[in-house]
Amino acid sequence: MSFREPHELHKRRWGRNIGLAVVLIGLIGIVFGMTVVKVTRGDYEPPRAEATN
Amino acid sequence: MSDATINTQTAQTAQAGEAQFGDYFALLKPRVMTLVVFTAAVGLLAAPVAVHPFLAFVSILFIAVGGGASGALNMWYDADIDAVMKRTARRPIPSGRVTGDEALAIGIALSGFSVIMLGLAANWLAAGLLAFTIFFYVVIYTMWLKRWTPQNIVIGGAAGAFPPMIGWAVATGGISIESVLMFTLTFLWTPPHFWALALFMRGDYDNAGVPMLTVTHGRRSTRNHILVYTVLLAIFALATAFTQVGGPIYLAAAVILNVLFVKGAIQIWRRDEAASEADNFAVEKKFFKLSLMYLFLHFGAILAEAALAPFGLGGWG
Repeated sequence: MSFREPHELHKRRWGRNIGLAVVLIGLIGIVFGMTVVKVTRGDYEPPRAEATN
Repeated sequence: MSDATINTQTAQTAQAGEAQFGDYFALLKPRVMTLVVFTAAVGLLAAPVAVHPFLAFVSILFIAVGGGASGALNMWYDADIDAVMKRTARRPIPSGRVTGDEALAIGIALSGFSVIMLGLAANWLAAGLLAFTIFFYVVIYTMWLKRWTPQNIVIGGAAGAFPPMIGWAVATGGISIESVLMFTLTFLWTPPHFWALALFMRGDYDNAGVPMLTVTHGRRSTRNHILVYTVLLAIFALATAFTQVGGPIYLAAAVILNVLFVKGAIQIWRRDEAASEADNFAVEKKFFKLSLMYLFLHFGAILAEAALAPFGLGGWG
């Protein structure tokens, strides 16, 4: 099996692509973290029905 | 867009040097962003309502991204001015590393993204204030006031003053006298800060045709304006000491800083051009440097009051 020589464009844009990957992974982490915090503290629980006699 | 256009654009950017991740990051004006992050964090932490640390972190992050987005839109619109000013000629668009269209796309995308995410992370009042800040900076300041009136800095300064108010709104979901005073502190600080810069970077604004006060009303008038705004600022800065976010630490810091700042403004006011040129604008440059410390230390003192409050030391007890 042989690997092709990376295209010159890929070499040039390596840093840019890695930066974008880090940003996207960070975004996933943020959305996941926000969901965990909001769900565990009960932001999305339906309001309790008032106890009536 | 045809292949030929893409190839031409690729050839142009390759000639100017391929845009790296750092060039796109530079569009967000990272130095301005640090001020936004710091003042927004102080507004959030000084508020009387605790916020979950993770939500506080992401809220500050989205406020910073919103501020950065408005910076990218400012660079897109002002590329012609930036190209002729020494201070800004190396920015990503005038240097040819990033195209104007790219900056516009990044600015619009990040604006919408940051506002929606802040609304989801915190509340919609904070998100609305962030949206208004972006609108104010890009449309009211950049597109309208900057090229039209010498009062551009005064009114445009409001955009930079909103972050502590947004931080406060993240925590409390509202607006109060304390957050308005923190807004006023940055709002009144902006004109003397930029006019001092305009006094010793005079060639830049002349060349760009931006109607800075130094260009339209002369340098004597600018010196008068610096003194008036500095005195007004000192009054509001000291008044903040007697609110919920103030306290003895803030009062001590505010007294020292405002005495120094007003003294600096009086020195600038008493000087004429011959005296300034003789020492290469040493007093104006010193005042500009002090102005950076001035804002940082005022907000630092508010933060100190908030940090010491749990130990019974912050505030007026």
